[in-house]
Amino acid sequence: MARTLLAIYPRTAGRYDELLRPDGDVRPHWRQFFGHLDDVSPDEMHARLAVVDRRIQENGVTYNVYAEPGGSDRPWALDPLPLIIPPDEWAEIAAAVAQRASLFNAMLGDLYGEQRLLAEGLLPPALVYGQHGYLWPCHGMRPPGDVWLHHYAVDLARSPDGQWWAIADRTQAPSGAGYALENRLIVSHVFPEMFRDLRVEHLAGFFGDQQAGLAALAPVEGDEQPHIVLLTPGPYNETYFEHAYLARYLGYPLVEGQDLTVRGDTLYLKTLRGLKRVHVVLRRQDDDFCDPLELRGDSALGIPGLLNVARAGRVAIANALGSGLLGSGALMGFLPAISERLLGEPLAMPSVATWWCGEKPALEYVREHFDELVIKPAYPTQRMDPVFGNELTGEARAEMLRRMEARPHAYVAQEMVNLSQAPTWSRAHERRLLARPVGLRAYAVWTPDGYSVMPGGLARVATGANTRIISMQRGGASKDAWVLTDGPVSDFTLLKPSVGVRDLVRAGANLSSRVVENLFWLGRYSERFDDSARMLRVALSRLVEAGGSKTPAVDTALMLAEKLGVLPEPDEDEPVKAGSEHVLLEAIYDPNQPGSLAGNIRSLMWSAMHVRERLSLDHWHSLNRLQREQMAAQKKHPSMTEAMAFLDRVLGVSSSLTGFAMDNMTRDDGWRFLIIGRRLERLSFLSQTLASFLRMGAAERAGCLEWLLELADSIITYRSRYSRTPELLPVLDLLVFDDSNPHGVLFQGMALARYLDRLCRDLALPREDRLALALDELRSFDLTRFEQGGGLRRRQGSPIDGLAARLEQLDEAAGHLSDWLAMRFFTHVGDVSRQTMAL
Amino acid sequence: MSAPEPVLYHVLHETRYVYGSPVSLSQQQLHLSPRILAWQQIDSQQIDILPAPSWRRDGIDAFGNPVTWVAFHAPHEALFIRSVMTVAVTPHVPADLADSPAWESVRDCLAYDASAPDEAALDACRFLFESPYVRIKHELAAYAADCFPPARPVLLGVQALMAKIFREFKFDPAATTVSTPVLEVLEKKRGVCQDFAHLMIACLRSLGLAARYVSGYLLTRPPPGKPRLIGADASHAWVSVYVPGQGWVDFDPTNNLLPDTEHITIAFGRDFGDISPLRGIILGGGGHEPEVAVTVTPLAEAAPPEIDS
Repeated sequence: MARTLLAIYPRTAGRYDELLRPDGDVRPHWRQFFGHLDDVSPDEMHARLAVVDRRIQENGVTYNVYAEPGGSDRPWALDPLPLIIPPDEWAEIAAAVAQRASLFNAMLGDLYGEQRLLAEGLLPPALVYGQHGYLWPCHGMRPPGDVWLHHYAVDLARSPDGQWWAIADRTQAPSGAGYALENRLIVSHVFPEMFRDLRVEHLAGFFGDQQAGLAALAPVEGDEQPHIVLLTPGPYNETYFEHAYLARYLGYPLVEGQDLTVRGDTLYLKTLRGLKRVHVVLRRQDDDFCDPLELRGDSALGIPGLLNVARAGRVAIANALGSGLLGSGALMGFLPAISERLLGEPLAMPSVATWWCGEKPALEYVREHFDELVIKPAYPTQRMDPVFGNELTGEARAEMLRRMEARPHAYVAQEMVNLSQAPTWSRAHERRLLARPVGLRAYAVWTPDGYSVMPGGLARVATGANTRIISMQRGGASKDAWVLTDGPVSDFTLLKPSVGVRDLVRAGANLSSRVVENLFWLGRYSERFDDSARMLRVALSRLVEAGGSKTPAVDTALMLAEKLGVLPEPDEDEPVKAGSEHVLLEAIYDPNQPGSLAGNIRSLMWSAMHVRERLSLDHWHSLNRLQREQMAAQKKHPSMTEAMAFLDRVLGVSSSLTGFAMDNMTRDDGWRFLIIGRRLERLSFLSQTLASFLRMGAAERAGCLEWLLELADSIITYRSRYSRTPELLPVLDLLVFDDSNPHGVLFQGMALARYLDRLCRDLALPREDRLALALDELRSFDLTRFEQGGGLRRRQGSPIDGLAARLEQLDEAAGHLSDWLAMRFFTHVGDVSRQTMAL
Repeated sequence: MSAPEPVLYHVLHETRYVYGSPVSLSQQQLHLSPRILAWQQIDSQQIDILPAPSWRRDGIDAFGNPVTWVAFHAPHEALFIRSVMTVAVTPHVPADLADSPAWESVRDCLAYDASAPDEAALDACRFLFESPYVRIKHELAAYAADCFPPARPVLLGVQALMAKIFREFKFDPAATTVSTPVLEVLEKKRGVCQDFAHLMIACLRSLGLAARYVSGYLLTRPPPGKPRLIGADASHAWVSVYVPGQGWVDFDPTNNLLPDTEHITIAFGRDFGDISPLRGIILGGGGHEPEVAVTVTPLAEAAPPEIDS
């Protein structure tokens, strides 16, 4: 047997070790898991780590990091080893977390109502009135059921003596529960036997409680079903992945502020089929951004009038507006007395020792014990990183003290906690455990029977053995937390068995206009990047075949690509550059060049990101693959051969995307818009391509009809029918008039017209018939004119000109249709509300 | 001793927005109705709105001011709001500013000491801290320092600060906008009544005193022989300071005087943002500044002006 992992596991004095007892033995609740870990071979462990990485990558689990240049998405960091917590210890933690949630809920009710806490001197007014987080317009409100705090999170840490402490409270819109769920899905697959044998408590029940709690508070009338939405600030938020993930998991539409509108004292979602009342808003947007009419007037993310809906008691907002107030660390010292006053019981879990500098004796203490303390902002709205007293020297220290004395109430000092350490798996070594400081974020949700605490949570580990701040922003990693149970494990589940393959689902009638718009563009860009990839492949392959020399086939293909905007217009000062290798490669790889393949892929990803919760995991995996291909290709200088291979791979992904759209999506309004987008884009591309091809006289040039068939993805059909060198008449028949060829103009046009008819009928709209007229015109074209000799000659009134004109007409009708859809159905993103003021 | 005679006023406050292009959705918050005070009674009051709002709610805000919310759900190209009221104001200026506690004792009585605070002092604490338009900065405390020598009665100190601002600042509507920060006003030494009120409040709060922002109106045409006050053609703003035992005392830094029967109070809050007369969010519309007209006429003097219907 290999050497035990314990042999080189670091023991650290002055820290509690989650794995080992002080005598060096493995703690009882870790034994089974540790034994298993010790038995796993390096190869096996390597394979399991690869599973973790792949799943994170494929599911697109990311954390948006503002701090990094470009603010890019970073893959979520997950250590595969769970933090294991035994049942008796967890029972105490859970009870304490639930109590803390009840306490904060009662505090919010008091501070936005009677304010007994202030009148009795239990809280300094500065910590309420002095906080920007105290929202005066919410004073006097009564949320449904008097529930202010629907979800709550608290960061816990364990001191060297084994005691758990509350380090920070999250009362605004606590994040991370969705990441905890995703971690669980991954880690339970990495250690399936252990997960089963150790009897780990499942998380699904917690989310079920959350659903039940929100539904119970929905102010419904008559037989209305609770309509609950998840409000996100949008894809640029650091935890947007989680918003989309939770929306899909909980079955709530993911909405942005502009999807919602207030009429009188009712809140509505703008859907394709009109306004639909919303009863509950699960918000992941900070409260002061939620209503520009009464809160921050410069917020474009808000919903004007939301406060009036809340005032009328006609919406439950989770958490209630104004709840962010209690995220202040300065409150901690006051909680024990407040708990006695409001709950009539002592506070179960201590908070880390905290001094609010607004009290004179506290400021004195902080000054004297500066080296032992961490200085933090008193209010959650302040932007300031924690500062370790013993790291500040000289002028920096003097400056800090000056700032604290000028505005003492804006600062708190906390005791430094020596965090406990937990084992993590070293990626740098073949087989080694590292010890890292660990903290646990625990979650509670309101239910009619009291607060329910997630059995587990989001454990986070620091980057280095001595790092004192654990933060995902600073590159820390996360862990799953396994709470063991003595009893049976509940098998409650929210996951529908079909989750992997279904798409675009649920209440299709609740689709917001914004989602529909994004699906339409998702359809268009899926097709557009496919079209540009095909065009580039044609041009590139002809160039390679011709050994770099300019044959008529090459020249014509390049000309067409320029006409279609896939290649840039030739620069008149540098005619040599036109169609050069360099220009082609840029058109493939440079996302900043208008019309480039990379640019189209970027637009595709952008639309997909906005409807992420509507796409199946498989669909999303393909999109992720596409983006990875592109990012990988950007790093080096690709050769022509590599570029060809890249185009082949991209086209492979494209066909799998088409497959998901056609086979795996529910046929609802959203799907119809996606397909209309695809059809419209393809119709437009084909008509433009064929019209330009004809007008360029390309039909007469050697080799051009071949690549035209290839471009329209119809070469195989053509060969199977005619098995000879392509001729104009049969090619035109196949690509334009054959209504059984899915890559033909008429087929696409007729399919588009059918979807459109259906849409107009369903939504009771007058028929949009410009497209149908253009199709009739095309259909009535007499193809026999090409037989009557000289059909190929281009001249005024020639068949070639006539057909090109009708194709152009069709392309125009497609453009017109796109504008009509936008006018009729889409949210106009440019149309932002703005503030007015008069004195 | 008989009660002082109240002075009666007729007030007309008209606001007109012409949007340039249609506004499809609009919501407005109105702080246009005067509040009842110990020295101010409301005889009649009415708000007319064109077009007729799709929805309306009247209420009282967190600071006790009357507030009205209206919404317009149909496209409209203009909005006209007219507030008319008859108000009676009784003299209320303190007889002797020297008869007030030392400013440090006022500051100390507002500071937290872990005991149950006095009710009035707790109420004053609402106006003791930073608010969106009022920053607390040591530059501001420094600016006010020479007005508050040790042990000076607080009201004399406030009066000195008011006089200093009046002396050193120039009334200049072109110099600032509603969003100009207080520190910039301090640097430019220019602004309008809102700026002077914010600046004075910021100075007082930086010293640890409670000060609130008051919005209201001034008599438009002065009595014969008296100069017309500044800020009479739109809604005006001034400052109120808390004195334990005496309550709130008003100061008008724009005119360097203690408001009495020529100031009509509409609302008070932490700053302009809490009680801006008209605050709205519109969807659509072009760029256009509102036209605002305020006319305050003593009822004893003449009949109120004709109101076109």
